[in-house]
Amino acid sequence: MTTTTTPMVEARDVHKVFGHGEGALHVLRGVDLVVPKGSVTVVLGPSGSGKSTLLRCLNELEQITAGSVHVDGELLGYRHDAKGLLHRLHPRKIAAQRSRIGMVFQRFHLFGHMTALENVAEAPVQVRGLSKAAARARAAELLERVGLSDRVDHYPAQLSGGQQQRVAIARALAMDPELMLFDEPTSALDPELVGEVLAVMQDLARSGMTMVVVTHEIGFAREVADHVVFMDDGVVVEQGPPAQVLDAPSEPRLREFLAHVL
Amino acid sequence: MALTTAPGAAVGGPPTDLPEPLNARPVPRPGRWLSAAVMLVLAAMVVHALVTNPNFRWDTVWLYLRDVNVVRGVGWTLVLTFGSMAIAVVLAVLLAIMRRSDNPVMRSVSWAYIWFFRGTPIYTQLVFWGLISVLYPRLSLGVPFGPEFFVFDTRDVITAFWAALVGLALNEAAYLAEIVRAGLGSVDPGQAQAARALGMTEPRILRRIVLPQAMRVIVPPTGNETISMLKTTSLVVAVPFTLEITYATSAIGTRTFQPIPLLIVAALWYLLITSVLMVGQYYVERYYGRGFDGGATGGRRGGPGGRLSRQAAIRGAGTTKDDPFAEVTP
Repeated sequence: MTTTTTPMVEARDVHKVFGHGEGALHVLRGVDLVVPKGSVTVVLGPSGSGKSTLLRCLNELEQITAGSVHVDGELLGYRHDAKGLLHRLHPRKIAAQRSRIGMVFQRFHLFGHMTALENVAEAPVQVRGLSKAAARARAAELLERVGLSDRVDHYPAQLSGGQQQRVAIARALAMDPELMLFDEPTSALDPELVGEVLAVMQDLARSGMTMVVVTHEIGFAREVADHVVFMDDGVVVEQGPPAQVLDAPSEPRLREFLAHVL
Repeated sequence: MALTTAPGAAVGGPPTDLPEPLNARPVPRPGRWLSAAVMLVLAAMVVHALVTNPNFRWDTVWLYLRDVNVVRGVGWTLVLTFGSMAIAVVLAVLLAIMRRSDNPVMRSVSWAYIWFFRGTPIYTQLVFWGLISVLYPRLSLGVPFGPEFFVFDTRDVITAFWAALVGLALNEAAYLAEIVRAGLGSVDPGQAQAARALGMTEPRILRRIVLPQAMRVIVPPTGNETISMLKTTSLVVAVPFTLEITYATSAIGTRTFQPIPLLIVAALWYLLITSVLMVGQYYVERYYGRGFDGGATGGRRGGPGGRLSRQAAIRGAGTTKDDPFAEVTP
């Protein structure tokens, strides 16, 4: 077994159906996605194409209906027993799997009753069992890394959107994740605040973090992504290096999408 | 590698070149003066009627306000109020969590409890708890439907005080459970989601993330319930428990043939305790309101105050232009 060739994410034939019977919604219809270690994958697509759902399936926030997701070679959410039967994992095991995958949300979701520092130090203490002092020291370091060392004692309501999102990135990094998921991290920001968040993400990509980013920022995709995936109607329509996907799209649906965003 | 933001644009820094404010005559409002005058006269009449009427016997009121039996009654009233509220809060949180459980048995039991204890009068419940030793003369510890290990006489275990305390608590828990449920429901589901993504388990998410933020919504009506409970304790005479303030004062009133002054004594004590409770509630609300526009009134999206402080925060952040007329884009 050669660990060097194990991709960070390997999703195979992933389906997601919301609801039952007549009103059932087939959001993902057989998605394959491979994300090599240390690479940045940008997922593009019109709203309702299933890209956010796919991202949430990569850390078990949504339970997939069919298919499989491996993160660093480990099956997510399930295990096979000796006879090959599939078992759902205990919630504690699933929580442990999630703790190695960082996620950044469109609407930040910072804990409103905690300061920036407390937000970042919370999970290392509660999940990893780190001492409070060690967690706070590390949190201060991370906040400095995202350029917020002068905002550690501010509550989220006292921060701008861009600052909140940078705290959210620091909060995810505090768990030393091997994979970072970004769900439209700049979509809820005022235009002049987008740059500061993208700069932090670019910095993170340069440091070798494996990242999957759902975004509408084509410029970011062009500059930072190693791989661009275009989704529509629950399937991957086209994927490849940014130069090929963004500048020489072969699919008419992708051409139409790019014409609208660019 | 660290990004640096521009130093914070001064919020409320030294103003420069302030213009002369407009100098205009205000709109005349004679109605305002008139209505205020009418109100003041009415208020003066009420006070005068209270103070000068000899039937109130203010000297007797003052005498019994400090009576040993009355003060002891105040003590018992406080014990009943805080004791029953403490038990009720714990029960209510359990009931509210059961109400949100995936387990249908838990959900149904919680629903049935709330249905029963809200649906029957507290007075009836207190009479029932007082009669429990008649209904069940013996209590035992043992295997359900099986052998018994310890047997007690019910009257030794459930005295009048405990019957009163438990009766009040069980009833109150049903109301508080609905308040807690509303509080838990008021927290943005994104909060739990973010905690889940960090690898926190559900019980920890509830304790560390959801409950502390739900408190902002839970505390004001719970303060209201506490003040209401203070007065409800006067019903424990139904058990019968006879040491709390209302019974203590009315007993003196009957004995001395002066019921009115002693009713006033009890009312003054209730007013005093309520006033103290209101002060306490203010500080508890302020504590749980931290991080939410720094106000006891909270409301992240509410009110012009909220918007102004959000605007101040955004300008204080120093990432936007220092324009005093800039509006928050929600």
